[in-house]
Amino acid sequence: MNKVYHTLKTIFLLGWSIFVVFPFLWALTTSFKDANAITSGATYIPWVDFEPSSQGWTSLFTTGSQGINIIGPFIDSAVVTLIASLVSLILGTLAAYGLSRFEYRLGFVKNSDITFFFISQRIMPPIVLAIPFFLMLKELGALDTIFGLVLVYIALLLPIAVWVMTDFFSGIPKELDEMAMTDGCSPIGAFFRVILPNSVPGLVVAGMFCLIFGWNDFFFAFTLTFTETQLLPVSIVSLNSSVTPWWSLSAFALISVAPLACVAVIVERYMSRGTMSGAIR
Amino acid sequence: MLQIDHLTTADAKVTLDDVSFVFEAGKIYTILGRTGAGKTELLRALMGLNPLTVGTVKLDEEDITERPIRARNMSLVYQQFINYPHLSVLDNVAFPLRRQGKDKAEAHALAGQMLTTVGLGEFLQRRPAQLSGGQQQRVALARAMVKQSRILMLDEPLANLDYKLREQLREEFPRLVADNVESVILYTTTEPREAMELGNTMIVMHDGRVIASGAPADLFAHPPTKDTASVISDPPISFISGFVRDNCLYFSEGHLAPSEGLLLPADGPVTIALRPDAIEPDGAFNAQIGLSEFSGSQTIIHLDFDFGRAIMMVDGIEAFTAGNDISVSIRSEHIMLFAPDGGNITLRNNQNG
Repeated sequence: MNKVYHTLKTIFLLGWSIFVVFPFLWALTTSFKDANAITSGATYIPWVDFEPSSQGWTSLFTTGSQGINIIGPFIDSAVVTLIASLVSLILGTLAAYGLSRFEYRLGFVKNSDITFFFISQRIMPPIVLAIPFFLMLKELGALDTIFGLVLVYIALLLPIAVWVMTDFFSGIPKELDEMAMTDGCSPIGAFFRVILPNSVPGLVVAGMFCLIFGWNDFFFAFTLTFTETQLLPVSIVSLNSSVTPWWSLSAFALISVAPLACVAVIVERYMSRGTMSGAIR
Repeated sequence: MLQIDHLTTADAKVTLDDVSFVFEAGKIYTILGRTGAGKTELLRALMGLNPLTVGTVKLDEEDITERPIRARNMSLVYQQFINYPHLSVLDNVAFPLRRQGKDKAEAHALAGQMLTTVGLGEFLQRRPAQLSGGQQQRVALARAMVKQSRILMLDEPLANLDYKLREQLREEFPRLVADNVESVILYTTTEPREAMELGNTMIVMHDGRVIASGAPADLFAHPPTKDTASVISDPPISFISGFVRDNCLYFSEGHLAPSEGLLLPADGPVTIALRPDAIEPDGAFNAQIGLSEFSGSQTIIHLDFDFGRAIMMVDGIEAFTAGNDISVSIRSEHIMLFAPDGGNITLRNNQNG
């Protein structure tokens, strides 16, 4: 019975892996095709099914009618996403710690209401936020700037950080904070010396979510920028013309996914929840 | 000296109700009480972890009621073995010393010595999660003791350990805290045996109040109230309604109770308390066996009399079948009498109760 279960599990996981990996393989082979190879039916193996071409990749680093230089948008995207994620993570972690450890009450508003308020920012459809954001950035003179996008992205990513970290801190026993205080820490010292070092898995998860949502956002990057600032998702769309350059789009898609994939591989080992074992029994 | 006056709390699961006491340095005070009696609440209030609605805490005549937790010069060992999971065993114990401003080398040297004292000298570089439950609690104990704080508080430190480890640490405890001669040591427990074994002074708590205190042997022999007798008796003491009439003691159903050697109060209702060793097999009283259980090398038998339920304890492992009838005797020298208000009114010939 155990063996049958094990075999079925292996088959399922293998099938799922193929399902997940196949689009990437498809994009990779497509990125090395030219127009003829694209239109000549389903082909997968270079040099056997089709003659590989570097046109898809070189066009991403060429300006003018032959392609689009993605280095600028890539750097803009990286700067906006990293700064917004970092600020959101710092503010979100501090807010989450406060919400999980101290009781706030303002009239009928309690901790749970404040937490829900943060989360509610993500419940609203982006279009509802777009016009207010547009008007606010216009007033600030921050339309079509990296600064403006960072501000908007912080507003979008902060709820994610607060949500994830509040849940994580709620799982850390309060006795650990108390122990740190009896051992000579101030409440802030207890947070930085004891709670934060034990929150790496939560920080990694929250940070990953911030990076993913920030890096992949198209809507606000599209509505709040014009010509001066352009982020990667918007650049991809601008590749599209009367003839869809599938080879360039595929290469572009792979490049835009690569940073997140690399980060995920690096931080994966920190994402296990095992580090609190030994804190309390 | 630690002096607490009228400690009262409100915002907690169990509230303290006007608790006052004076603790002297160099003594071990065991605080005995059932779950929910207010033991942990008392320690947390002393530590400043739970706010007081009324009351003051004075350490050597200095009022520390409003002092921040970190500046109270107190240590606390929790029932749950709380350690810092991200630090090695050595760094765990060195942590409070580093907060006191000691440099790393000195803190590690002192922490290493303390860990050797508690028998963990071989595990300095391990993480707490890599230790057994008993070892984890030793780390917590070492971290609390290494500070040499004036007040060392241990909140049921052995409660989560298995029986053998509990016995072992209980035996070792006096040696482990022997160096803390300047400290007041408060040790809470729900186990009367532990409280009597470890404490110089035993404090009995019930419903958030201190209901008795004194030398453990004296309190056990002469509990001042029915509640105190109930808390400090293990196996449980049995309380049976009775009355005194014409200088004779009766159980509630009119059965004459043994009273040789007892100076009985005036006619009226009393509560008759029977310690488990007050009842012995063979005698004039008939009962039905309700339950029989083994406790170490003794057998505890729950008996149903016409006049109430009581517990008998006999040495050795003996088989008593539930449902069978048994005849027992009741020894008057182990009987205590309590007034309807709960006060101990036991008086014996030539001796005050």
